Amino acid sequence: MLYKNPYNHYFDYVVQRDLDKCIRCKACVTQCSYGANFYDYDRDLIYSLDYNCVGCMRCSTFCPTDCISIVRNPDAFRINANWKDNNIKDLYKQAGTGGIIITGMGNDKPFTNYWERMVIDACQVTNPSIDPLREPMELKTFLGRKPDKLEVNKEGNITTKLAPQLVLSTPIMFSAMSYGSINYNVSESVARAARELGIYWNTGEGGLPRALYEYGKNTIVQCASGRFGVSPEYLNAGAAIEIKIGQGAKPGIGGHLPGEKVLEGISETRMIPVGTDAISPAPHHDIYSIEDLKQLIYALKEATRYEKPVSVKIAAVHNVAAIASGIARAGADIIAVDGFRGGTGAAPKAIRDNVGIPIEVAIAAVDERLRQEGIRHEVSLVAAGGFRNSSDIVKAIALGADAVYIATSALMALGCTLCQQCHRGRCAWGITTNDPELSRRVNPEIGVERLVNLITAWSNEIKEMLGLMGINSIESLKGNRDRLRGVGLSEIELQALGIKQAGM
Amino acid sequence: MKVVYPREQWCVACNLCEVACMTEHSKAKDPLKTYLLEKPRPVSRTRVEYKQPRALSLMCRHCAEAECVQACKNGTLTRNEKTGTIELNQDKCLGCWMCIMACPYGVITQVIRDERPVANKCDLCPERDVPACVAVCPNRALVFEDRG
Repeated sequence: MLYKNPYNHYFDYVVQRDLDKCIRCKACVTQCSYGANFYDYDRDLIYSLDYNCVGCMRCSTFCPTDCISIVRNPDAFRINANWKDNNIKDLYKQAGTGGIIITGMGNDKPFTNYWERMVIDACQVTNPSIDPLREPMELKTFLGRKPDKLEVNKEGNITTKLAPQLVLSTPIMFSAMSYGSINYNVSESVARAARELGIYWNTGEGGLPRALYEYGKNTIVQCASGRFGVSPEYLNAGAAIEIKIGQGAKPGIGGHLPGEKVLEGISETRMIPVGTDAISPAPHHDIYSIEDLKQLIYALKEATRYEKPVSVKIAAVHNVAAIASGIARAGADIIAVDGFRGGTGAAPKAIRDNVGIPIEVAIAAVDERLRQEGIRHEVSLVAAGGFRNSSDIVKAIALGADAVYIATSALMALGCTLCQQCHRGRCAWGITTNDPELSRRVNPEIGVERLVNLITAWSNEIKEMLGLMGINSIESLKGNRDRLRGVGLSEIELQALGIKQAGM
Repeated sequence: MKVVYPREQWCVACNLCEVACMTEHSKAKDPLKTYLLEKPRPVSRTRVEYKQPRALSLMCRHCAEAECVQACKNGTLTRNEKTGTIELNQDKCLGCWMCIMACPYGVITQVIRDERPVANKCDLCPERDVPACVAVCPNRALVFEDRG
């Protein structure tokens, strides 16, 4: 504290410790991976270096006497509507370091949240609602290209050749998080949970560790601009292949895994030397047009004998509808659109907070455009980026998505408290770290249970919501925007979402 | 026989097993009073050993061939023939520390009782269904199992 640089000494959180309740058990000391808590043997006292605290709450949740509270630093700048606290602190930080500010997780700025401005319809008197506890309710979802028409022979069997499909028990999948950005225990938790739930998880761009090949039937393998870990064996290991063009948290730039996180296992899986930064190029250098994308899609289909659907993941940007139309015409089976609230393991803060558009409007625009062009059935649409609960998912499906990707929520089920320090590789909850001491903190046994609980709970809530709308299958909700109404939105916003004002 | 097994790969070295053990074996049964008021303070019967990145919480193994029972000269340490566990009768203990010398795991400690030091070790929390350390472990790094 003595040798501090006063310009860089503004910090966000204070560890408040009620010393009357502190038993010096040192749980907080051992659990803090950022060096904020210390035990002083001479004074028999635990104290905190508040400027190291990131507000992850690991210490306060582990304290057996609940003597710790993490509070916002009351040390406040003069209130200024233009220069908010974070503007000032970021500026000082950059004046001190000359660097780009890197951060983790999704956009945390108070942009309009359209999920919260949409309400769901329900049946009353004239159309009966359905009770999902007493009547069957179908959440089964198929992702992939659907045929223009179905031909059935006299025996009642389908004779049309169907494109490969992903079959989901519920319209939720675990989104791409690379091995390396998250550690093996987290990857294993997600993979096992996907298998148990009958859904899919996505490897992200870091390849598939050898030990997780057994979860291949529930795996979507990703092929990103860095081509980390991509081999014929890898492409054939999964149930589908995803070409990652963009990510909602950082549209237009490539992934970056800091060298500190590239340890033995990650190096082997990514096929890069230990300790080297894994920097994905911003564009795919072989894709500069829809025609180029088509080449890659068909190269991947060729490599997997046309047995696996190919997905293309893009970030939600201004012209997303036209881009999606191009992707559909390039031969993709699935389009995943990632909104600007989607998370990341590391992204420049300026980009995370200012680039891209909300997933709500992106999904509405893409679905509308594909319908207008008569090619909606040729692709499935997966929405991603900041889904917080089952009602967000119901609204996304009503806006036109076939399924959703969740990742931040999945990590939260494993303990994440959104402290946004993923890029530092010191995650106190053991999620975004490869440190053998810290990564032990996620026990897949517990992780799988919690992920399965979360998806089961959300699926049950989705069934309840379908029931109250009088719908008994998720298929009937898709693109059913008539079941949504806007509250507190302008006419142009309602138009962008393609929904009516409440009361109309 | 069910005993507590540490699972080294999941121990996060949070020390909560020690807090729970001390609280369970205190008069007050409350962590605050146990640590701050009780004199002498109870001594934990399990200890988190760590040299990161490795850590584990270790307590009496209730060995099939217990060195401590063989070393004990006045029957303080005995095997309960019914349950198979090793029991320690602190009233009898003379404080010769032969058990501490003999224990290959180093899990027998000393505690002050009735103003004299006596041996102290895991009793598997006879008043609980699951030992306190196992119940408190946030990462299932301690399990209470019968592995034959």
